[in-house]
Amino acid sequence: MSRLPVKKTYKLYVGGAFPRSESGRSYEAEGHNVARASRKDLRDAVKAARGAFGKWSTMTAYNRGQVLYRIAEMLEARVADLARVTGGAEEVDRTVDRWVWYAGWADKLPQVLGGANPVAAPYFNFTVPEPTGVVGILAPEQPALAGLVSRLAPAIVSGNTAVVIASEARPLAAIELSEALATADVPGGVVNVLTGYKRELAPWLAGHMDVNALDLSGADGEAAELEQLAAENVKRVVRGSVDGQSPWEIERFLEMKTVWHPIGV
Amino acid sequence: MAELDRKSDRAPVPAGWDYAPAPEARDVVSIQERYPLFIGGEWVEPRSGEWFATVDPASEEPLADVAFAGPEDVDVAVQAARTALADGWSDRSPAERAKYLFRIARILQERSREFAVLESLDGGKPIKESRDVDLPLAAAHFFYYAGWADKLEYAFPNRSPRPVGVAGQIIPWNFPLLMLAWKVAPALAAGNTVVLKPAETTPLSALLFCDVLRQAEVPPGVVNIVTGDGRTGAELVTHSGVDKIAFTGSTEVGKAIQRQLAGTGKRLTLELGGKAANIVFDDAALDQAVEGIINGIYFNQGHVCCAGSRLFVQESVYEDVLRKLKRRMGTLRVGDPLDKNTDVGAINSRQQLDKITELVRAGEEEGADVYQPPCRLPEKGYWFVPTVFTNVAQSYRIAQEEIFGPVLSMLTFRTPDEAIEKANNTPYGLSAGVWTEKGSRILWMAQRLRAGVIWANTYNRFDPASPFGGYKESGFGREGGRHGLEPYLDFE
Repeated sequence: MSRLPVKKTYKLYVGGAFPRSESGRSYEAEGHNVARASRKDLRDAVKAARGAFGKWSTMTAYNRGQVLYRIAEMLEARVADLARVTGGAEEVDRTVDRWVWYAGWADKLPQVLGGANPVAAPYFNFTVPEPTGVVGILAPEQPALAGLVSRLAPAIVSGNTAVVIASEARPLAAIELSEALATADVPGGVVNVLTGYKRELAPWLAGHMDVNALDLSGADGEAAELEQLAAENVKRVVRGSVDGQSPWEIERFLEMKTVWHPIGV
Repeated sequence: MAELDRKSDRAPVPAGWDYAPAPEARDVVSIQERYPLFIGGEWVEPRSGEWFATVDPASEEPLADVAFAGPEDVDVAVQAARTALADGWSDRSPAERAKYLFRIARILQERSREFAVLESLDGGKPIKESRDVDLPLAAAHFFYYAGWADKLEYAFPNRSPRPVGVAGQIIPWNFPLLMLAWKVAPALAAGNTVVLKPAETTPLSALLFCDVLRQAEVPPGVVNIVTGDGRTGAELVTHSGVDKIAFTGSTEVGKAIQRQLAGTGKRLTLELGGKAANIVFDDAALDQAVEGIINGIYFNQGHVCCAGSRLFVQESVYEDVLRKLKRRMGTLRVGDPLDKNTDVGAINSRQQLDKITELVRAGEEEGADVYQPPCRLPEKGYWFVPTVFTNVAQSYRIAQEEIFGPVLSMLTFRTPDEAIEKANNTPYGLSAGVWTEKGSRILWMAQRLRAGVIWANTYNRFDPASPFGGYKESGFGREGGRHGLEPYLDFE
């Protein structure tokens, strides 16, 4: 006798909760009904991301590194689930290892990317990297999980918070990831994941005045229109590797802050 | 006590004493009647056939006619830069490239008086600032980046740095030669060639710089100078032969450039406007803080993108700071930029004077109280008296918009949290100042201020080794330091 499986409802991940789209809409992808986020959902997600920025960006780097490592722990336990909605176990393994790799960067960034500057006057002067703020990410369509994590991990490791528009054709991996994030001590609002139609959501993300950077690594083609919208508040437009890892991927989401103080008695 | 207060309110010298004029000789620099374009190492008549005058803002007298670079001229300049690239500027031994830059630094030091006088004549800034700030820093910038030219692989380990190609650079009128140095030095150190457009109102020091290039024997086409206005800049931005744009100027134009480059994949860095908070706590050394406030807003007539134009004073010392500030403002000498005693020179242009005047009027109309020290202004030229507004609400235009003139808005706060909240309440994020004797509070504030440069117990300090650039709508990318090389390099 075969048992009828209990199917999962795939919802959005906003502010640490899993709401349906406020619009009540869904679309079918990978054999499931998936929430079709509206621009109101997108604004809510940006608000949640901004709200989470203060706490996430000021916790110690050691602490943030541990939270990222915890994400890897939570994913490791879900390898089988994730393998079904991605390119397979190999992609999941790579993704888990990528979180571990980025976790270790959290408390090394100022030493590698910042420095003390030898100015020609009696001042102590140093430069430290800081997160730029709220990052909007257009996740690559493929690979659904490794692509998303390759963009998300370098964005949040330094203290940025993120609003992600998931792969439109393969959104399930992003929601599975969200469920791992929700149990991995990642404060609500640090990562927000929207599923839906990219062409419907992306312009509102690109033009949002409270988003500081826009990751277009997952955009099709030149996305000139999105870049134009991004100029409205001088967003940092990022195009990086869709399936790779590097500290320079982290650097794209950073600001360099330089502090001066006189030296004297 | 009352007696002491009265004493400290007095001007430092008896009112009857006045400064004798101490003008710097202007014959140290000879200005040509007309300047063509500098392309491929030669002076080239503009194909546009158009010329425009650059004037001395202190006298409104024309100084020279300057070529206007139209689309064809920009195209020729970009081709010259591409040719210089192909002819091996970037393949030349990096150590040789370094030596060219060291030569430029030395020549700028040797000819510093000439450049300083020209800078003050064309731009209106006091000679003591051209002489003591612009010129030494410009030379230092070339000297600093010279040393990087043959050490790039140490600056960016494991990244195989290589030049981007042709850099199109557009610079403002507030620090003409210094901004040229900020742009040209890292670009050449990284092996790029350059087409640079100086500001419309201050082209002369960039044109004199062409003679430095000649003396340094920099190969033709490595640096090309095209003079003109915003139309020339727009041609440069959109030219397909340019690989990277570096712009310093207003946020409005910066946004337009970012829009124009959308979808082109062309590299871009922007150094845009600011509305910096200068924050004074009640435990600060107030006399030093007042010096910092003065330097923060009246340095270079307030034509400084990182000017400390919003002063936040803790309520308990508000009256003291205001009194000391007014007294100090009374000692500022406004007038002839070439006079060695001048603290505040001429406003750079009629257009800028109109903008400042308009915003100051808006401040008065919105309800702020205005104070200007008694001041005699020359009859000709563009001048604006150092101004401070009190009773300013955060919503007033003078507290929100960049004025780019000698106009300070004074506001108050009670707690550090409130200071942070108010200081960060702006779309800009270029710089900020903090004045307090408490070390832990400096670091606490420095962590929370959303700005690229934080000056603690100092203000408006610059150094080639120190990265400079903004958060938010003040732009992206850094100039200065190791970080300043990155925009001019591609990586594996």
